[in-house]
Amino acid sequence: MKVSYREALREALREALAQDPRVFLMGEDVGRYGGTYAVSKGLLDEFGPDRIRDTPLSELGFVGAGVGAALGGMRPIVEVMTINFSLLALDQIVNSAALLRHMSGGQCAVPLVIRMVTGAGRQLAAQHSHSLENWYAHIPGIRVLAPATVADARGMLAPALADPDPVIIFEHAQLYNLEDALPVERVWRACDISRAAVRRTGTQASLITYGGCLPKAMQAADELAATGIDVEVIDLRVLRPLDLDTIAASVRRTHRVVVVDEGWKTGSLAGEIVARIAEDCLYDLDAPPRRVCSAEVPIPYARHMEAAALPQVAQIVAAVKEMLNV
Amino acid sequence: MKKRQPTQSRPAAGEPQRLLADMLRIRRMEEKCAELYGAGKIRGFLHLYIGEEACATGAMHALAEEDRVVATYREHGHALLRGVPMDAIMAEMFGKASGCSRGRGGSMHLFDVSRHFYGGNAIVGGGLPLAAGLALADKLQGESRVTACFFGEGAIAEGAFHESMNLAALWALPVLFCCENNLYAMGTALSRSESQTDLCAKAASYNMDSFRADGMDVRAVFETVSRAANQVRESGRPAFVELQTYRFRAHSMFDPELYRDKAEVEQWKTRGPIHSFSAQLKAEGLLTEDVFLALDAAAQVEVDAAVAFAEAAPWEPEADLLKDVHGPAAVAHGGRR
Amino acid sequence: MFEFKLPSLGADMDEGKLLEWHVKPGDKVKKGQVVAVVDTSKAAVDVEIWQDGTVFELLVEPGTRLPVGSVMATLLEDGESAPARKPVTLQGARKGEARRKAPPPEVAAEAVGVRQAAELAPPGRPRVSPAARKRADELGRDIARIAGSGPGGVVTLADVERAVVVPTAAAAAATPAAAATRQAEMRRTIAAAMSRSKREIPHYYLFETIPLARASEWLAGVNADRPITERILMAALLLKAVAITLKGFPALNGFYRNERFEPADAVHAGVAISLRGGGLVAPALHDVDSKTLPVLMHELSDLVRRTRAGSLRSSEMSDPTITVTNLGEQGVEAVMGVIYPPQVALVGFGRVASRPVVDEVSGELRVLPAVTASLAADHRVSDGHRGALFLGALRELLQHPEDF
Repeated sequence: MKVSYREALREALREALAQDPRVFLMGEDVGRYGGTYAVSKGLLDEFGPDRIRDTPLSELGFVGAGVGAALGGMRPIVEVMTINFSLLALDQIVNSAALLRHMSGGQCAVPLVIRMVTGAGRQLAAQHSHSLENWYAHIPGIRVLAPATVADARGMLAPALADPDPVIIFEHAQLYNLEDALPVERVWRACDISRAAVRRTGTQASLITYGGCLPKAMQAADELAATGIDVEVIDLRVLRPLDLDTIAASVRRTHRVVVVDEGWKTGSLAGEIVARIAEDCLYDLDAPPRRVCSAEVPIPYARHMEAAALPQVAQIVAAVKEMLNV
Repeated sequence: MKKRQPTQSRPAAGEPQRLLADMLRIRRMEEKCAELYGAGKIRGFLHLYIGEEACATGAMHALAEEDRVVATYREHGHALLRGVPMDAIMAEMFGKASGCSRGRGGSMHLFDVSRHFYGGNAIVGGGLPLAAGLALADKLQGESRVTACFFGEGAIAEGAFHESMNLAALWALPVLFCCENNLYAMGTALSRSESQTDLCAKAASYNMDSFRADGMDVRAVFETVSRAANQVRESGRPAFVELQTYRFRAHSMFDPELYRDKAEVEQWKTRGPIHSFSAQLKAEGLLTEDVFLALDAAAQVEVDAAVAFAEAAPWEPEADLLKDVHGPAAVAHGGRR
Repeated sequence: MFEFKLPSLGADMDEGKLLEWHVKPGDKVKKGQVVAVVDTSKAAVDVEIWQDGTVFELLVEPGTRLPVGSVMATLLEDGESAPARKPVTLQGARKGEARRKAPPPEVAAEAVGVRQAAELAPPGRPRVSPAARKRADELGRDIARIAGSGPGGVVTLADVERAVVVPTAAAAAATPAAAATRQAEMRRTIAAAMSRSKREIPHYYLFETIPLARASEWLAGVNADRPITERILMAALLLKAVAITLKGFPALNGFYRNERFEPADAVHAGVAISLRGGGLVAPALHDVDSKTLPVLMHELSDLVRRTRAGSLRSSEMSDPTITVTNLGEQGVEAVMGVIYPPQVALVGFGRVASRPVVDEVSGELRVLPAVTASLAADHRVSDGHRGALFLGALRELLQHPEDF
């Protein structure tokens, strides 16, 4: 039976709320509205307003309250409606959640999960289309996850809640309607939030990507296969700490790398990955690594312009072909 | 709801000689810190509380042991009176591994979770949402404790203040917001940063009860905070306290104090919390000069011992640099529930 | 101060083209170090230097064609200090060139590019992917000799690996036209050497069919315990047998120069290796008689690979004392070889095949594996009698492979 990414997230939330009384969900419109992306629809009725807690539009306040509640022994799940608004809460995420444990000499634990929507592609224009995952992946002290499959949407929350430290889960807006068969329970329950996944094996190049760009990379791989080019697709899944072993192993197999990242190229996660590859795998490289990233402009509203600004399948295909000189 | 009695281990809480003794402990400790800063033993930012001791002293005596405290970067006195040993505070200032934050935090980041002391927050206003969250955790877990959050009047201009006041009032969270109004946010006078200088009026706008006390009078602080904390504990709702005080020294060790008159400082110093309180006690016959000198000497002995402890304390090995970035369970991540 | 001159890398080499310097002024060099790569028109050869020193000036630019003996660089001896720099003129090259009879001076003067070191443009670093560079290193390939197929002509991993399989295409320049030119050059070189051989050397030829039943059996026994990749081929056994036998026949091992024969002390067997794109080289396997079979087998494989990859060392090109050619793979019965001057003999093998053989003891006709060995030898140095004894001894030795 097929399950949507949204339903998978909701099931994970429902299970977490049912199993651990310390878990509660808070955020803007998570309760009566049912969640901006309808992820928490129905949970208010099931768990009540104490545990499905609508917040005022106070990102700094309620994210900070989530940090405090975690310090106080709870297991809060804070939904920030979108990554764009998380900038209002940056201080609490970076200066409190991420630092408290180390800064206090190991005394403070902040077992907090922050979920937020990321990404562009729905003509929401510049202020609602950011992909700033890398800002968070830059910060020691937090774990950053990017589920890109239904199985990860279902499986990542439990280990994130079990993590003794803050975990940010980025849900790409374009994935909510993604439908796929959920693997058997044993498989998604074994969800490992420290490793990247090889989504497709190949020999001639590695497409390294995450989140909303995974479907694009998979499609590019299909198109390349139709022309006889065999590429591997790596889904990072965990943006911090990066699973460098899986990345390096893939590069050592294929010797060519294209990193696909919806962030802007300058200062991107793609840049970090390429740097790590250069440091660790230079002599395995058969071509300069390439990055397919968003154009360095605010994301425009008009459909064609937005499409032109974002990484697209054709660019991925072209990058691989250029590398192979075909 | 669990109801706990105020701790039995501090039977003399609020007792006049204890209040005086604790103010002296803070004062002597901080004077030593200033000296050690000059000697290069203490580095980084050092924000001294000298002149404001009545606030932390009165407030800490008013709180119960299980209550939580969130403080600012000017928190040496709060930490000390929460029960963090002076040895551990001094070692932290030195950056030693025996410090209360293993030397990772320094002056601005004193932590002691075992004493419910959550820092040591050096972003102005940063502690307020944390306090709301701690109180939310207590509320959800049926605990009856109060989370006391200290901040300066400068934090009132921050969004975090308003968001946290609103959340706490909206959700009925047991937070005691303690504003230590020393009139200057670094060098910016209250009247130059706030359109409404009546801080209690701000609390009223959030439908929150407020209290005001002379922050130079330790008794007044003790009594006011006691009342406010009890109200919070009993109602489960937040309250706001304004403690009107003054810092005698510069904002930090880098501050040439261009923004206020020396005469103004001298005027406030005549109301210094230690000498005015001891004079008052003497007038009431509750203190003799000998006892005062003995209390002062005891404070000095404690300071000297803390400095000796900090000097002798070990440095954290560099090999531990990455320790405690993440908790221990983060090592394994597969298939955990 | 001493000079580094273009060495003769084979009797048929009159001139060479400098492809690449491996050193630059100021570099310390050790005896035996490869300092340059020279195209002899048959192969790109690493050229070693035979004296320790410090490079003072490089006098020849990569790409320059120059006669054997031309001064290519000057070096300071150990402990010697650099003299005041003085302009170097064409003289340097002319001096080297004057020691040679051919080619005509006007050709050389035109061809030899001699510059002051200061004027030398540094050769551009070839565009090679890091993985290709590493792999080439592992394979002992000279990266400079591999044409790149990547974007902008970058040498890729696949180019390096393909170059091992299809060497001449890679060793040649990138364009088909250049490859054709190169083929023509190699053909001319072979033509010159073989013509000289047939013109100057009075060949005689002898043949002997050698039963290999014992040798085959013994080899099968040896190989039974070895992984496939380390199996010893009959070719190695035959090579070693030739080398051992030669120790008793010095008149077949050495050089005929200046109207006289110079016997060689060691047996350096030139192994004729055909290049897949056409043409032939016969670099040396050194001291074949004294090496164990596994070592020999390893070196033989390595030599074939490096030859086809175009990364031979100059000593391998210049010092074979005899040539052994094995055309058995091609299925011929026997070889009637042309001696490679100034060598004085060539031993050839046809294919190993089952043949009817009359057992010398029982007189019975039996079917056994056998090979036809041939000897082409220089009648100026040896006679048919010696040659026949050599083949007989070779035959005997191969009946006792366990004695190797």
